[in-house]
Amino acid sequence: MEQAFFLLLSAVAVGAGLLVVIARNPIHSALALVACLVQIAALYVLLGAPFLAVIQIFVYVGAVMVLFLFVIMMLDVRKEAQARFLPKTPLPGLIVLVILAGELIFLLLQSARLHAVMGPGQPVSEQPPVADLSLLLFQEYLLPFEVASVILLVALIGAVVLARSDEADKKAAQRKAPRGAAR
Amino acid sequence: MIPAAWYLILAAVLFVIGAAGVLLRRNVLIVLMSLELMLNSVTINLVAFGHVLQDLRGQIIAIFIIAITAAEVAVALGILVALLRNNHSLEVDELTVLKG
Repeated sequence: MEQAFFLLLSAVAVGAGLLVVIARNPIHSALALVACLVQIAALYVLLGAPFLAVIQIFVYVGAVMVLFLFVIMMLDVRKEAQARFLPKTPLPGLIVLVILAGELIFLLLQSARLHAVMGPGQPVSEQPPVADLSLLLFQEYLLPFEVASVILLVALIGAVVLARSDEADKKAAQRKAPRGAAR
Repeated sequence: MIPAAWYLILAAVLFVIGAAGVLLRRNVLIVLMSLELMLNSVTINLVAFGHVLQDLRGQIIAIFIIAITAAEVAVALGILVALLRNNHSLEVDELTVLKG
């Protein structure tokens, strides 16, 4: 039963992933990526990580992909759809890709230690509860957690500064200038 | 039970698909989305190994990856909006200047 679910989810995930790369229209790509991420969240549930599945849906599907769609809507999609699909010289990229795929296949087939680790999976009911995850996160990994929050703050400020228009800067300068003159 | 090797194979397939998007597509947005796909495939690997080894650290690192990815996407899309405002195109080959 679980294997059937895994096969279904992974097949849809791979199909949606292919669609991300193949689709001409960026909106189609974004929606296919949403589908792929939801399948991966379901796979996390199969792996006994329900909290991570919820986080995946919230952060990726809810925040990141909506941000992507928002930026895509600011573009002229029709112009993008007519753009050339492949780069002028796709050959170097293809060569790197074939080497990468060959390496991964070789590693998956040949690595003996990996096969020792990859026994049969564990049943989901034996998984540790989410409380253990929070204890580990807030005790052993407290410093990385805080650093991640600072990184998010810096990214927030950076995004606002980068996306701010020059006109807004000028208006702010104009607003400040009369006040300075009055003083 | 699902063999852990299946998860590794799925992650490898998704990683190669994402790498194809990064290397072969010309639209910056699709390159970024393919990067998301690659990061997700790595996260599947982490969670699968954590599951097999009965170790929660795989999930912890996956949570950190998701948080850092959100930060990365926010900054990348801010840069894209700034590029669009200056009437640059979004094709990878034509983005050759760092100064607006």
